[in-house]
Amino acid sequence: MKLNINEQARELDVEPDMPLLWALRDELDIKGPKYGCGIAQCGSCTVLLNGEPVRSCSYPVSAAVGQQVVTLEGLEKKGKLHPVQQAWIDHEVPQCGYCQGGQILAAVALLKKKPKPTDEDIDAAMTNICRCGTYARIRAAIHSVAAKGVKA
Amino acid sequence: MSDIQNNPSNTIDTTSSGVARRDFLKIGASVTASTGAFSMAFFVPESASAADPKGVAPANNNPQKVNAWIEIRPDETVIIRYARAEMGQGSRTSAPMLIAEELEVDWKKVKVEHATAHDNLKQKRVYGDMASVGSRTIRQSQEYLRKAGATAREMLIVAGSQAMNVPSSECVAKLGMVIHTPSKKSISYGKVALKAAELTPPANVTLKDSKDWTIVGKPIKRVDIPDIVTAKIRYGIDTQLPGMLYASVAQSPVFNGKVKSMDASKVESRRGIVKVLNMGNFVAVVADNFWRAKEALKEVTVEWDVAPEHTKLNNATLHAFFKEGLTQPELAVARNDGNTPKALSEGKVIEAEYFTPFLAHATMEPMVCTAWLQGDSLEVWPSTQNAEGSLAAASSASGVKQENVKVYPMQLGGGLGRKSPQDFTVQAVRIAKEMAGKPVKLIWTREEDMQHDFYRPASLVKMAATQKADGNINALHIRVSAPSLIASLLKLPLPKGVDPQAVAAFEDHPYAIENSLVDYAQRNSNIPVGFWRSVGHSQNPFVRESFIDELAHAAGKDPLEYRLANLPEKNFRDIAILKAVTKAANYSQPLPKGVFRGIAETEGYGSWTACVCELSVNDRQEVKIHRIVIGIDPGYAVNPDNIQAQLQGSVVHGLSAIFWGEMIIKEGRIEQSNFHEYRMMRLNEMPKVETVIAPTGGFWGGVGEPAQAPLAGAVANAIFNATGKRVRSLPLKNHGFSLQRVRT
Repeated sequence: MKLNINEQARELDVEPDMPLLWALRDELDIKGPKYGCGIAQCGSCTVLLNGEPVRSCSYPVSAAVGQQVVTLEGLEKKGKLHPVQQAWIDHEVPQCGYCQGGQILAAVALLKKKPKPTDEDIDAAMTNICRCGTYARIRAAIHSVAAKGVKA
Repeated sequence: MSDIQNNPSNTIDTTSSGVARRDFLKIGASVTASTGAFSMAFFVPESASAADPKGVAPANNNPQKVNAWIEIRPDETVIIRYARAEMGQGSRTSAPMLIAEELEVDWKKVKVEHATAHDNLKQKRVYGDMASVGSRTIRQSQEYLRKAGATAREMLIVAGSQAMNVPSSECVAKLGMVIHTPSKKSISYGKVALKAAELTPPANVTLKDSKDWTIVGKPIKRVDIPDIVTAKIRYGIDTQLPGMLYASVAQSPVFNGKVKSMDASKVESRRGIVKVLNMGNFVAVVADNFWRAKEALKEVTVEWDVAPEHTKLNNATLHAFFKEGLTQPELAVARNDGNTPKALSEGKVIEAEYFTPFLAHATMEPMVCTAWLQGDSLEVWPSTQNAEGSLAAASSASGVKQENVKVYPMQLGGGLGRKSPQDFTVQAVRIAKEMAGKPVKLIWTREEDMQHDFYRPASLVKMAATQKADGNINALHIRVSAPSLIASLLKLPLPKGVDPQAVAAFEDHPYAIENSLVDYAQRNSNIPVGFWRSVGHSQNPFVRESFIDELAHAAGKDPLEYRLANLPEKNFRDIAILKAVTKAANYSQPLPKGVFRGIAETEGYGSWTACVCELSVNDRQEVKIHRIVIGIDPGYAVNPDNIQAQLQGSVVHGLSAIFWGEMIIKEGRIEQSNFHEYRMMRLNEMPKVETVIAPTGGFWGGVGEPAQAPLAGAVANAIFNATGKRVRSLPLKNHGFSLQRVRT
């Protein structure tokens, strides 16, 4: 099957029901999406499919055919960080960082839809688990991207 | 403070060899002579002489290396080595800050590189203890790290002065330059590092006064964050090697069971399945993709041989087992001031029982280790909090000599204490031995992780006290019935029969009480126990500070005034942090109608912490947390922004446990399997947290764990003030309380 991942065409020969997560990690060496629970609870495996955050641990790889898959690796453009990545650095958001790829992609998707999200919007969109407890900084970083008015 | 030193002879002293004298620092100070808590280092070199047969450390093959910690390149890049683990606690930044401070370099030129356990072994443990446990990286290593920086600085000054042909006594170091003060001539470190490395290190160095610090105490950006947000950093789970295989394992659901029989016929011919292994105490499916391995494992039929008595354990039988402990006649005594039994027999006794449950760590990255056995050499890539422990475990599990084992440092997707024991490393190595020649990456599923943890021990505590006429405390008896981490996990003898973690924050309570008795009943069961972030301080301060509130209430006193009245002057740090945090929370000001406060304070990991919680509870017992003010006095605040992050994180970690955390044990096994049954706080539940960093100087305290300590007490005391209901066991959900979202 043919996938489009981070604007690159990739070819794969795997079972159609293999979760996208393991196709990315073990077949294509794309390690940004992380395994956390395998049952779409924690969101560490979040990727964007046509701009929508999806928990790739519970999403069959075959269903991603024909969609634009974006992982954390695909956010940087021409050596320039995505504004959300920059905000994550500026606010020192990550602690262990394991869940942050998923958090960043969820924030990218939110800001695309709502460039000036309210706290309620952030509450509704940012549902991934962080065991280190970086939530306050995630919120602050999202607001800072919105305040700068940069296109996320 | 509880203090066990397993490694008292662990000194960094390389005076035995001229080569070593040039390459490494001579630092005679004991690595463990600080306020360290538990040593979790399982590491014991097989023989010091095996690694270094002639007692001569390997020659310095890198001429730019000024000493083991520091390398300065001709382009002025300063490489500083970091010897412990990074799991989000920020030490990979704050420990090198201490070296850079004394070295007098521009932080922007610093690059941090990991030291490795195998290099440490080869170099006679020049990097000291490599474990990241017990919030001790800074407090245990600050002295030798600062000395390493200062020693290198002095050597660079001498080399620089020689190059400029001026007396070294007229030179100073600043921002990576040696400056001749009278002539204002200067030369950069990069130009003289080679010469400096050849000099004999000075025997004594003077460390900078804290008022002169320019890096320590400043909010320095964490060095690993840019690589985290760009997916460049590699966690243990991200290891990728040519021809690598993947392993998924299953262990006996009832702890310590063995494989009785295994039938893998359904999966052996499946796509990608390489081998199904009966490893005695676990089974493993090895495949060419982790998903294929874990899916096939579900179809492998395993019969487990378990001890019948182990299947009888459940929450009720365990509680009864702890309850029995409380009535044992002869208990180990942890503290005995005055005559508590007599004092209790003479007054009106206020008593209460408190219970805290078993808890899983549930680090976001589950247990993971890659191992590759090739002939008589072994390489491992574990997500480990203790790289030297990993090396020793890998060596003994494989039979490969320690000097032929390499352990590569990986970023950890959280540790929380779970990644110190090396059970997963041993499994990976045993599988790699079966698959010799091929690298194998072992990943535990979340289910395996949650059901085969080393759990935070449950603890049942009986409190009894009498008060004087003025209400102040006359006698306090704290009786703890709980498993022992030291005896059951570390397999070490207990000093006087007392597990220091089981009685932490009890045996060293700060209150002026003439009659104080703390005793302990050791109650080990088949439920494995381990170090969980904050360890004894994750549960005991809840008990102590709740009971102090009970006594304040009985005396008709304000909880803050009552604490201050019962804290002696000598415990000025308890008083100071309590005052700093209550002041920040405007404690003396009334709150809006329906909002109530609770407070708590304690020492933990050599730091002092306090917390004020403001909350309201509606008639459906939904708790709304309006504000949490949490503060710490770590002595010196090395990286304040990181400390703030640790306090914020401690609140989230703590609140998840306080509201929902408990393991359900049924027929000897853990019932919960994943996050849907073991609830974690999410962003929409995160309350407003204000942090108070109040360093008073003169000591070095821990930061990663202490802040969780006062949280549960502050929350429970606020709930009492709001509802009149005294919460004496956790989690709160068992009392009908739920956590309301901040915005509903």
